[in-house]
Amino acid sequence: MAQQESTQTVDRELTMSRAMVEAIADEMRTNEEVFYMGEDVADYGGIFDSTQGLLDEFGHDRIMDVPISETAYLGAAVGAAQAGMRPIAELMFVDFFGVAMDQIYNQMAKNTYMSGANVTVPMVLTAAVGGTYNDAAQHSQTLYGTFAHLPGMKVVVPSTAYDAKGLMHNAIRDDDPVVYMFHKRLMGIGWMPAPDGPKTPVPEEAYTIPFGSADVKREGADVTVVTLGLHVHRALEAAETLAEDDIDTEVIDLRTLVPVDTDTILESVEKTGRLVVVDEDYRSYGVTSEIIARVAEADLASLEAVDRLAVPDVPIPYARPLENEVIPATDDIEDTVRAITS
Amino acid sequence: MYRVMVTARYYEERLQEEYLEGKQPAFDISAGPIPGELHLAAGHEASAAGVCQHLRDDDTVTAPHRPHHIAIAKGVDLDRMTAEIFGRETGLSNGKGGHMHLFDPAVNFACSGIIAEGCPPAVGAGLAAKKRNEDSVAVAFIGEGAVSQGAFLESLNLAAVQNLPVVFVIEDNDWAISMPKDRVTDVEDASQRAGGFDLPGKRVDSDDATAVYAAAKEAVGRARDDNGPSLLELQVHRRMGHFMGDPESYRPAEDSEAAKNRDSIERLAAELRAAGVEDAELEEIRDEAHERVDSAIEWAKEQPQPDPEDAYEDVFAGSKSGVTTTEPAHELADTTRAGGDD
Repeated sequence: MAQQESTQTVDRELTMSRAMVEAIADEMRTNEEVFYMGEDVADYGGIFDSTQGLLDEFGHDRIMDVPISETAYLGAAVGAAQAGMRPIAELMFVDFFGVAMDQIYNQMAKNTYMSGANVTVPMVLTAAVGGTYNDAAQHSQTLYGTFAHLPGMKVVVPSTAYDAKGLMHNAIRDDDPVVYMFHKRLMGIGWMPAPDGPKTPVPEEAYTIPFGSADVKREGADVTVVTLGLHVHRALEAAETLAEDDIDTEVIDLRTLVPVDTDTILESVEKTGRLVVVDEDYRSYGVTSEIIARVAEADLASLEAVDRLAVPDVPIPYARPLENEVIPATDDIEDTVRAITS
Repeated sequence: MYRVMVTARYYEERLQEEYLEGKQPAFDISAGPIPGELHLAAGHEASAAGVCQHLRDDDTVTAPHRPHHIAIAKGVDLDRMTAEIFGRETGLSNGKGGHMHLFDPAVNFACSGIIAEGCPPAVGAGLAAKKRNEDSVAVAFIGEGAVSQGAFLESLNLAAVQNLPVVFVIEDNDWAISMPKDRVTDVEDASQRAGGFDLPGKRVDSDDATAVYAAAKEAVGRARDDNGPSLLELQVHRRMGHFMGDPESYRPAEDSEAAKNRDSIERLAAELRAAGVEDAELEEIRDEAHERVDSAIEWAKEQPQPDPEDAYEDVFAGSKSGVTTTEPAHELADTTRAGGDD
């Protein structure tokens, strides 16, 4: 069964994409039923390095390039999963979900429920998310909230190499459909420089990180910042600057949205009394409102002050000044934290 | 046609130069004067020039993510298109769309970044023309990788049963990112797919602008005369990577070389010379085209960046109405902690 999170000290550091690939390779070696399919995942190695090197070891039968036909191959992954295999299917950009959303939310997400759990769909849907490189409205969304809103899918968003590996092991072994959303800016791709944070020590052996376990990436006493993905690193950077002004910021990385670890957030807010939720997804009806609502429902008394930062309700624009305006930046997080701690 | 083709080729050469500025030595997609991804169409010129020669401003064209040559052939405003690609305020979309999302309603041109997505709107333009008893036509350009998408096949069917004035043009450059055509489809001649919808289908099996012109004349004429849709498959070639920065490690070197040796522009120039056109005249056309392109790029680079506040406009037709306007109250009730027990 699932091992616990590894606690041993390791020196070896990996990029997030290498850590993901290591988990996939390990699962493929131990389970013949695991295979990977998607556009440009074999010979190219994944546009965002999500399958780099896997073709050499496993060949085209298990690392499958498919025609540009998301409805067909994501639906085929559902069928193969229902037949007992464990497919991993990649949606190159999460923005392309619209092409195949029927297969995703009417089948992948619902078949377990509609069958009274007599059918299960043990598959992983991987998808690249995120902006910050000016690729405009059809290639820059995060859409965390969209997938977390529709019941039946577990939703995973790693922010470090260590988490990426442990969460991927868990995702492949899970008997439910898991949407594994990796931020392009964190992968360590040659042509898109990553911040320093996501490259972390990663143990060589397999380990799992249980879903629904948020991680306190930085402890602090004055204010709780809850976030995920790229914005974990922006929040940590902001926290360092804020510390110079004696504002002690706790940074919580959600790691999974379904299930979500409300307890860790509540414990933190009970301590700090102040909550800021930061998200790269759209503001309305999204992650920020959900987290704030959960805290308000469970423990309104602890909450002295609250605010949120997200993409205002506009599609992601192309020009650099426009994109910078709408995606929360490190200084936006600093400003928001200062405002509610002043 | 020759003028369109040399304009498009030189335009892409200049864009390539500008795009690479600031992105070297380590390629950084988010640096330099041109934001985001850039997909160039060098080697595709014959299809755009040969088809669009038959079109008027009131005819609609939808193009894919590789749109520049088609836009130029359709008569899109070159200055404002270039400003858009540079993300400037005076661009076609005020910097919101970028190179994959160019819209010029003056000549009924649009493009989109998701594969086969332009097919249904072209059917819609054809439907509108038919309902209004107008003789305008619609042309949907897609790549050969798009023929596996449901949107393409569904559009063929809808256009057929409604007998709409639509021409579907497949630009076959043999590569869908890293996937060679023979691994995407078992149907070598995609124009045969037309038969499945009881439509005429034709393939022009070379980079021959004159042959494209003749085939398109028939297809566009058929649509304009209310004789319904048709499918044209045009062989082009891909002289470079799928996008700027694509290492093309999946592509045999001899394939790239072969592509560069099949130049539709040189071929057309040779035909023109054989027909008695003087070299001097061809040079004059070429020089004028280059001057036009240089002037567009110079103009675009002088244009202002958009004001960050512009990001909130245009979500809906009534401008700012789409944006969340509620400013959060940073502090909860100013008495004590809400619901507190003191």
